[in-house]
Order: sequence, then structure tokens, then C-alpha cells
Amino acid sequence: MRRGPMIAVVVAAGLVAACTSPDGGGTANTGQSIVIGAGSEPENLNPILGYGPDGASKIFDGLVARDAQLALVPALAEQVPTASADGLTWTAKLKDGVTFSDGSALSAHDVVFTYKSVLDQKVNSTIASRFDALADVTAPDDRTVEFRLSHPYAPFAQQLTLGIVPRAKLEGADINSAPFNTAPVGTGPYTVAEWRKGDRMVLKANEDHWGGAPAIKTVTVVFVPDDNARATRMAAGEFDGTVLPPKLARTYTGKPGYQVVRNPSADYRGLGLPSESPFTSDARVRRAINLAIDRRAMIDAVLAGAGTPAATPISPHLADWHDTGATFPRDVAEAERLLDEAGWHRGADGKRAKNGQPARLPVLYPAPDVLRKELALAAASDIAKLGVEAPVEATTFEIMLQRQKDAAAVWGGGDPYDPDTAAYTLLHSKYAGQDGYVNMTLYRNPAVDAALDTARRSLDPVARKQAYTDFQRAYVADPGWAFLVFLDHTYVLRDKWDGRQTQVEPHDHGLIHAAWWNLEKWTPKS
Amino acid sequence: MDAQVVSDRGVGKLVLRRLGFAVPVLLLVSFALFVLAKASPFDPVERYFGVRIIGASPERVAQIRANWGVDQPVVEQYLAWLRHAVAFDFGDSLSFQQPVSQVIGDRLGWSVLLVAIGFTLALLLGLLLGTAAAWLQGSWLDRLITATSYTLEAAPVFWLGLAALYVFALHLRWLPGGGLTDADAPVSFGQVATHLVLPVSVLAISQAPWFVLFVRQNLLESFTQDHVVGARSRGLPDHLVVSGHALRTSLLPFLTLLGARLPELITGALLVETVFSWPGIARATVDAALNVDFALLGALTVLATAVVLLGNLLADVLYALADPRVVLDG
Repeated sequence: MRRGPMIAVVVAAGLVAACTSPDGGGTANTGQSIVIGAGSEPENLNPILGYGPDGASKIFDGLVARDAQLALVPALAEQVPTASADGLTWTAKLKDGVTFSDGSALSAHDVVFTYKSVLDQKVNSTIASRFDALADVTAPDDRTVEFRLSHPYAPFAQQLTLGIVPRAKLEGADINSAPFNTAPVGTGPYTVAEWRKGDRMVLKANEDHWGGAPAIKTVTVVFVPDDNARATRMAAGEFDGTVLPPKLARTYTGKPGYQVVRNPSADYRGLGLPSESPFTSDARVRRAINLAIDRRAMIDAVLAGAGTPAATPISPHLADWHDTGATFPRDVAEAERLLDEAGWHRGADGKRAKNGQPARLPVLYPAPDVLRKELALAAASDIAKLGVEAPVEATTFEIMLQRQKDAAAVWGGGDPYDPDTAAYTLLHSKYAGQDGYVNMTLYRNPAVDAALDTARRSLDPVARKQAYTDFQRAYVADPGWAFLVFLDHTYVLRDKWDGRQTQVEPHDHGLIHAAWWNLEKWTPKS
Repeated sequence: MDAQVVSDRGVGKLVLRRLGFAVPVLLLVSFALFVLAKASPFDPVERYFGVRIIGASPERVAQIRANWGVDQPVVEQYLAWLRHAVAFDFGDSLSFQQPVSQVIGDRLGWSVLLVAIGFTLALLLGLLLGTAAAWLQGSWLDRLITATSYTLEAAPVFWLGLAALYVFALHLRWLPGGGLTDADAPVSFGQVATHLVLPVSVLAISQAPWFVLFVRQNLLESFTQDHVVGARSRGLPDHLVVSGHALRTSLLPFLTLLGARLPELITGALLVETVFSWPGIARATVDAALNVDFALLGALTVLATAVVLLGNLLADVLYALADPRVVLDG
């Protein structure tokens, strides 16, 4: 919720003024408890419905977890599960002696129950599509879980970060509205002591956690959706850490006792270019638009510098996958030349047209989203400089989807774990024309299809890497979007703990992920 | 004595008639809500998925649509809802994944607390300052009260809220800046009371100007009426004329208009709840509307309609009690 620049200025002035006053909050604790001001509140705490599917969920553990470099490490599984030679069977062995916070022992049947519930059609899970390849999951014995896939799916282990729930607590209940959703039991480093919806949540350390008891014993998460209110309460000394927009976070730079943290993310904002509109159906036109957009200026002006230019859905922060050649360096002259070559010539009024048809590309954005509005305005102004009529229109996601054949739209998404989740449903031609938010631009490129399919099925890491390099090259030659930026997430933290590590973040950065993704490993500074 | 009996019977008839009238109103309002929600540009399933809608497989999305019945025609959805609602079963909230009764139960109390105290305070302020301003019409006090009232009337509630946060929570540090309790404290009377001060004051101060100006205006009008002029000319002291004669008649329209202030009050409460992170029902209502959460919206609409109808009824009854000349014809 943004209230316009006036209030941001008032609050920022307040923050600066507060810097000079002595620190009043002064809760003299030794770092055993932390208070976090979060911008968003989870709707529920049930992994089956979609809570914390990428790990860092505090309350649950998955079979695997991720380290700071996003490499998979074993969690509830003894080691990271691997596939059989045909890529269709994945086997996980569970660690011995893991218990849920209610004292019951973890068994393979809990794992089977968790995954089967996600696949259950009656359960309203928002993450079920991640397991489209999963045909069946069984427990040959108490310590072993077997996943059977319907087609080889190389990044399957990436999905095994999903938190495991105790079967005994949920079996037979209606999972969609079970009391468990707000008072869960997991194996994770923290347990939920209290959740006052709309206000705050208190987590207590799980002293019996298999990974060792956390040093921070109490975590209080206060939910304050309004950016300015959160900034004021951080300045009043109420929080130890919070997430703030870059312009508000900047006021803490150099303030003793505080650190400003800027974490990269794979959360992109991009302009989907309609492959079937008369103007952008030509790959040269779509390339020209990509070359004409000044992404750097966009980041400096709209995001206060907190972002990275995007060219494909694969973030440059993912060094394992990103192809350094896959960029669109700004080149307006080349963009003009490409448009001329495609037959869109400037008329006497400077506007381009072809066979009497004017070059026109409406740019849509979802009305309540201020950031997307500013990005849409910036992109449209760059496109208009090419002599293209580019009106900006506020609308809803549904209308953006309905107008997929005639208008460009600012979309967003992306997670940093595997290129498949970011790219496959977005750019594979088999999803073009399907219902829903898949391949919204009706993009069709056989070379991209082939590379994405090869990458999805290749278990050999070298072959996968090559396939994604092929994908990025094929895409850049014939782009279906103008990906604009990957957002950075900015935080202000009190400098009281050791152990914080930077991890490339997904979109979600409330209680899970965010600067405190590995909170259970933090220790008070002595 | 006789007049009292007649009046009591009149009140009873009025209540019965109004209750009978309430049934079609509730049906109409709840049906209108379903039609409006259906016409809303927001799609509940899409809102439920949030950012995960991008790339979600179309079959899965369609499956949830079917699970919820939101692919049904609006009349069928409404009848299904109504069948359960008449038995006071309002179903499960789609946006909170909890039974609706629990969502409302968890939050309604905190909102009622905030609104009740805020409203009472606004009323008292309105009566006191409005009377003072009218009594001393043209004085510096009147000018001060009137000018401040117009200024506050024009100030957005969230602006007042942020300003109060800035002054009292950030600079003076007299009062906590939001929430129900301190971050690490349990719910207790003292905690909630200190956390109530800022939100309640902002709500009261944002609502009071309307009452102040209304009371002042009506009092000034009644000063020119015969019975007040008569009282004055009989040599009654000023304070008796104001409190006993002028105020009493000028309060009548005030009572009925209280009901009409309810929507304003709820809007104010919403903004106050947002700025001060107050875990009340107003914020949940906005979530429900944005998420096209039929179950929660339906229950909240019935609740709000019932409150407005009851408020009007109460105002009319009070009206009759305050002025015996008023005939209750429902």
C-alpha cells in the first residue's frame, strides 16, 4: 500500500530525525529473542495447502533443504534423493530419530500422506502443479519413501523441500479448513506458540530439533502491511528487523547498530509481448522493443537502484544457469533499423506504420500495483520513442489474459531454484492458447521448446546446463517478452546477531525466506 | 399513564414490523452482493493462488474452481449459500481457510471495542464542543472549534493516523505505535488499554467534527425557535435555556442520523485498523472483498445490514422516547 510521495517524505524525515535521538526501545535482552516486522502474513501454516513449499518455513522440514548457495542439502532425508537410471523413480531414506514437536516419531507414512494430500483433487493446494510429474508415492518401509513419476523430470529433487506434516493430526479431517492450518505441528526448528491473526505470531525454539536447538529462543513476527507504518515502528525501536522499500531502507545507511541488507531475487517483472498481434508478431519487432528499453534507468528511477536488469526468466544471480551472453544491451539505432527492416517505417509525423496500419502496442498493468504501473509507464515511454503508439492502461489480471492477442502486459513471478519452474510453462508452445496463466503471450519457438524439453528430461548436469544455454540463446534471438528487472529485496536489521547469510530470494519474503531465512542458525553477538 | 401504555404498545408494534421488514431486506442485500461479487473483475481462484497463479497448470486451477463451486451460475451459488446460512452455517472462508464463524469471532470483538469507544468519544466531543461553540457563537472559542472541525473533516483518516504515529510513537515515545500488545507481551487489560489510546483517539477525532458542526448548527437554529425565545424572555438563566430547551429539541434529528453515520464509521475504522495494525474485522472485510470470498462476504454483509437496521430501529425508538409527540407508524 503506497500513499504517495508526500507521506514517504514525511516518514523519511521522521526516520532521519529519529537517528539523532537516543535509542529508547532498549529491551535489554541478550539476543535470545527477536522481533520481526513482516509486510505480509501467511494465510495458513499448512504445507499441503501451499505454506513454505521452498523450505525456510521455520515450523516444518522438508526431505531436503537449501544452503546459502541454493544447493540442496539433506534435511529429513539421510541424503539428497537421486533418480533411478530411467529417471522415473526417486527414493528417499529418512533420518533416524526425528520427532515432531508433539513428540511423535516421523515415519515414511507421514511423507506419503503429505504428498498424497497435495495431489488429492479435493484439497485446494496452490502448489499441486509443481507435482504434475508425480504419479504415485509409496512407503516400502517405515524409513523409505518412493516417488514414481509419469515422465522423467530432472529438477524433481528441488520440489522435495516441501514441509512434512504428521499424518495422525490430519488424517480424515477436511484439510481445507482443519484447525491444523493455524496451529500446526511440524519437525522444524520452531513451534507456533501463538498466532493472533492480523496482528502477530510468536514462535518458540524447538529444543529437540534434530539439527540442534536454535540460539534465538523466541521469534515474534508482527504483521504490518503498510510500508510507512512499518518504517515508523522500526524507527521507534519496536522491531529488530523489517522489510522496507529501498527508499525507506536507505535512511538507515551508516546508522550505528543497524545494517541495511539488500538481497537479490529471481522475482522478475516483465512485459509480455503478444506473439499474435499484427505489430509484435514479427520476431524483429520484439527484439527491437527489447533493445530500446532502458532497464538501467528504470532500476535507478523506479527501484532506487535495487534491482538487476533482466533479459530472460533466468536471473543473472543464478550463476549455475545464467548465460552471460543472454542480455539486451540498449541499442536504439539497432532497434530502429530492425523496425525498418520489418517494414514498419516512420511516416511524416514520426509515427511508424506498415501498409497503412499504424504501429500500436497498448501496455497493460494490474491497477492496484504501483510498482508495475511505474514500470509500465517507463517501458511504454521507451517504446513510444521508437515511433510506436503505446498507451498505458490500468486493468486486472483477467483482462490482461483476455487481451493476450493485442496488448502487452506487465507480469511477474519467478523463483531462483530451477530454470524449469520459471521458464517451462511460460514459454513452451504446448501451453500457448491453454486456459490460465501459462504462456500468456502465445509464444511459439521450436528451438526453445526443444531446449526446455531436453533440459527437463536430462539427469546429467552438464547436458542440462548446455540445454539451458541453448534455450537462452534461442530465446534472445527471438524473444517473446521484454523481461525488465529482477527485484532486490531490502531490509533493515539491528546488528545484534551473527550467522546471517545472503540467499537469492523468491517472490515470497514475509516470515519465510527473506533476510531471516536461516534464523535458526543465528547466534547473539557477544 | 395512559400515554405511556400507548407508547409502549407502539414501540412493540414498531419493532415487530421492522423485524418483518428486515427479512426481505437481508435477502435482497445478500443476493445483490452475490451478483456484484460475480460481476467483480477479481477472480477468487486467481486471488487464492496469488503469485503462484503464474504457471499453475490449467487443470489444477479448474479443479479448485469446481471444488469451490464458483464455476456454477450465480443463482445456484446464492441458493447453496442461503440453504446453509438460514441454519447459521456460514461455511468456510476461502481467503482465510478457516470457518467463517471463527474468522469473525477472532476479530469482531477487537473492532467493536475500537469502534464503540471511538464512537462514544466522538459523540461526547461533538456534544460538548458543538454546544460550547453554539452557546458562545462568534467568540474566539467558536471560531477555533469551527475552523478546527472543518480542517479535520477534510483531513484523510490515514493521514491523521500516520501523523499521530509520528508524534506520539516515534518522537515522544509516549504510546506504542500499533498492534494489540507489545510484541512480546500477552493480552492483558493494561497492554490493550495503552495500545487502544492512539487508534481510538484518531478514530474519535476523525469522526467528531461532523458531530460538532451538526450540533452547533442545530442549536443555533433552535435558538431562534419560539419555545427557546420564550424561555429566554421568561428570564431563565442561559445554561438552562441551552441544556433544557434548545439542546433537547435539536438532538432529535441527531439521533436518527447516528444510524446514517455507520458506514462512515466503518470506513474510518478500516483505515485506523490498517495504520495501527489493529487485528479487527474491517481489514478482514477488505481482504474478503478483494478475494471475492463469498462465504465471508455474505456473513459480513448480513451482519452489517443487521447492524444498520438495528441502529435505525434504536434511533427511532429513542426518538419516540425523547419526544412523546412523535407518532410511531413504523
